[in-house]
Amino acid sequence: MTEPEITAEPGTTQIIITREFDAPPEQVLRAHTDPDLVTRWLGPRAYEMKLDQWDVRDGGRWRYIHQDDQGNEFGFHGVFHGEPSLDTFVQTFEFEGYPGHVSLNTATFEDIGGGRTRLRANAVFQSAEDRDGMLASGMETGVSEGYERLDEVLAEIAR
Amino acid sequence: MSTTAMAAGSLDAVFGALADPIRRGILDRLSGGEATVAELTAPFGVSQPAISRHLKVLERAGLITRTRRATARLSHLEAEPLRAAATWLVGYREYWDESYDRLDELLAGLQDGKADRSPPGDPTGRSTS
Repeated sequence: MTEPEITAEPGTTQIIITREFDAPPEQVLRAHTDPDLVTRWLGPRAYEMKLDQWDVRDGGRWRYIHQDDQGNEFGFHGVFHGEPSLDTFVQTFEFEGYPGHVSLNTATFEDIGGGRTRLRANAVFQSAEDRDGMLASGMETGVSEGYERLDEVLAEIAR
Repeated sequence: MSTTAMAAGSLDAVFGALADPIRRGILDRLSGGEATVAELTAPFGVSQPAISRHLKVLERAGLITRTRRATARLSHLEAEPLRAAATWLVGYREYWDESYDRLDELLAGLQDGKADRSPPGDPTGRSTS
């Protein structure tokens, strides 16, 4: 399994994730657009995913809900922009637990030969604070040491 | 839906409170036990009023509670809102890690099942057998 590379430069408003897949670009894109495929991979296994809307076209709305085993629900929604292609799959993204804080997410699907694909997912937030709020659980890359301490606090509390 | 709506206000405040390095430092300090404003001020090199403002933000987010003992106000860490935030924010990284691992498996299945020449959007989702 390849590890995704996650970049979040301090003081910027974006997060970039790159990850390679052992499948051709068209198929990786299809896994992002086809609602029957999306529900089979998006989100942690521990969550049940309910797809409310997934209208992949310019201006189409999407919404899904992750439900954990305690019955807690976490909703997300947004809008697709433009026609999806290997060069650009664009959507706005909002966690319903944090309304009014929207990111603009763009994915590209690059053919790297041998039937493999490099996915690059770029999320641009409205402010560095918004982005860091999203990352408050402490993603390691390029994030200040304050987060490492928060990690420890959270780990301690989670025990 | 109701859970999401209920979580909305508090998570918003929690994320806002966590977005500042001094406030995260204060929480870190309080994870070692309750402390007075003076004790919390010492490590950060900022004024006591500034620390008091940070404590108000943390209190509004429900991350700390404050009690008065004699002339001192003591701050205590409240674990529950942090746990709520942590439960959701299992970590942006873990979220995508696990999603993409699942996508790997799905794509491997699609590759094997060249049988999967089904029309786009066909929800058979059958696995190869």
